[in-house]
Amino acid sequence: MTQAIEVRDLRRRYGGPRGFEAVKGISFDVARGELFALLGTNGAGKTSTMEIVEGLDRPSAGTVRLLGKDPFKDRAGVRPRIGVMLQDAGFPADLTVAETAKMWSRTLPSPRPVPEALELAGIGHRAGVRVKQLSGGERRRLDLALAVLGRPEVLFLDEPTTGLDPESRQHTWHVIRDLLVSGTTVLLTTHYLDEAQSLADRLAIMNDGTIVTTGTVAQVVGAYPARISFSLEHGSDIPDLPGGPTIARDGGDVVIKTDALQATLGALLRWADDQHVMLHRLDARSASLEEAFLTIAGSDS
Amino acid sequence: MNRVAAIGGAELLLLWRNRLALFNALILPPAFGLLVGPQLAEAGLDAAGGAALAAAMIGFILAVVVYYNLVSAYVARREELSLKRLRAGTANAAEILAGTASPAVTIALAQSLLTITVVAVTLDLPLPANPLLLAAGLCGGVAMFVVLAAASAIVTRTVEAAQITTMPMLIACFLGAGSFFPLDALPGPVQDVFALLPLAPVIDLITMGWTGTAPLADAVRPLLLLAAWLAAGVLITRQWFRWEPRR
Repeated sequence: MTQAIEVRDLRRRYGGPRGFEAVKGISFDVARGELFALLGTNGAGKTSTMEIVEGLDRPSAGTVRLLGKDPFKDRAGVRPRIGVMLQDAGFPADLTVAETAKMWSRTLPSPRPVPEALELAGIGHRAGVRVKQLSGGERRRLDLALAVLGRPEVLFLDEPTTGLDPESRQHTWHVIRDLLVSGTTVLLTTHYLDEAQSLADRLAIMNDGTIVTTGTVAQVVGAYPARISFSLEHGSDIPDLPGGPTIARDGGDVVIKTDALQATLGALLRWADDQHVMLHRLDARSASLEEAFLTIAGSDS
Repeated sequence: MNRVAAIGGAELLLLWRNRLALFNALILPPAFGLLVGPQLAEAGLDAAGGAALAAAMIGFILAVVVYYNLVSAYVARREELSLKRLRAGTANAAEILAGTASPAVTIALAQSLLTITVVAVTLDLPLPANPLLLAAGLCGGVAMFVVLAAASAIVTRTVEAAQITTMPMLIACFLGAGSFFPLDALPGPVQDVFALLPLAPVIDLITMGWTGTAPLADAVRPLLLLAAWLAAGVLITRQWFRWEPRR
């Protein structure tokens, strides 16, 4: 089965040969029916990458294949098969929601019925309202309705839930999951790590124009150690623990990082029991995407 | 074509809901005609004078309904980010620009045909002798002002600024067309420069097409000039048109 998206050694430089290089040679594939998430801080190169894969912008170097085609040169062949939700898009202020969607559907070869798309995106109840009267979150939902209107094979979502309240975010996640079940391929960027953890089959964390790490959520998180922290009465020594942990001590505060959480934590608790030592504010947790992300994002600052 | 119609349909609704643009498109040209027309007609115009009057009126329509309105429309759609949204869809650049222009173009063509009819009937003039040449001037003029509007939108940052950025072109058009005072009164070199301005070949072609008195060879120069302005507008637009606001 061919990949829906293939990106090879992609570079994007703005403002001539001495300009700013936003994307510095990245490669990734997205299989059909998969959700691939691009994570990173602002300026990491996520949106630049999205715009090139969508065919809105041409790469400075490298190749992009979308559904087997060059998305910039063969836009007429690619566009009818994809749906795009930009990070910042607008609509004429004086059209209603339904008029905006109607116009959009007339540009598509085999669109869903407009009411169905509006319901799907959770904006059906505002169909007769002018765009200028919508809240920011409602505009995002209208944007989502347009993106799914053409029954796209590949859906691009650039920060789809930014500015949404928690209930609307849940609704959008639900919509995305349904589309994945029906076989849609999704390329997503997001600032919300729980969003990526919840939705993504695979993800890449970008920093400063490069992909620092990529894989499934479990693979990315698995590369980082679990963490045990507590506070000790002064004077107590910490014993040797199994699992090859690294131990950092700052006065009474102790942080232990380990790749074998159960073994290390078990030995620690048995030692504390035997010695009648109180481990104040004991906290033990597996690595999370947040920890992986913060480690990567913080590595150059 | 479907996509042009889709974008044009939305734009027509927007025009209908924008009172200022609607006034400029529907009220201003007939008002201008009613103001100027009768005085000139009373002066007793011959066929050539009638054709020139109709051509000047059409020039006004093209400049206001097509050029001025479209600079505002392109800038408004760009600044509210709806051009950017359209660029992410199936329509290509030419379809988006043409779709946005289509209501203004349709209104301008209808008003131009109405102008020709009214002038012909009130002055009891014969039908245009060379309708093809007249149509070339009219349609070429419409196309030219569409691309010149797109080109002017490049240097126009807000809808309000369109009032200023369209001034040079509008003044040049009316001066060059001899709408304010007869060009004969000017020194020769100035006349030559004015004759190169965008509206001049449009007016020449419409007048020639109606009266049919000039030899056809005389139409070559205005046709080439019109084509040159059209090409310049297309090249500038292709190179520098912005689909989203400057940051």
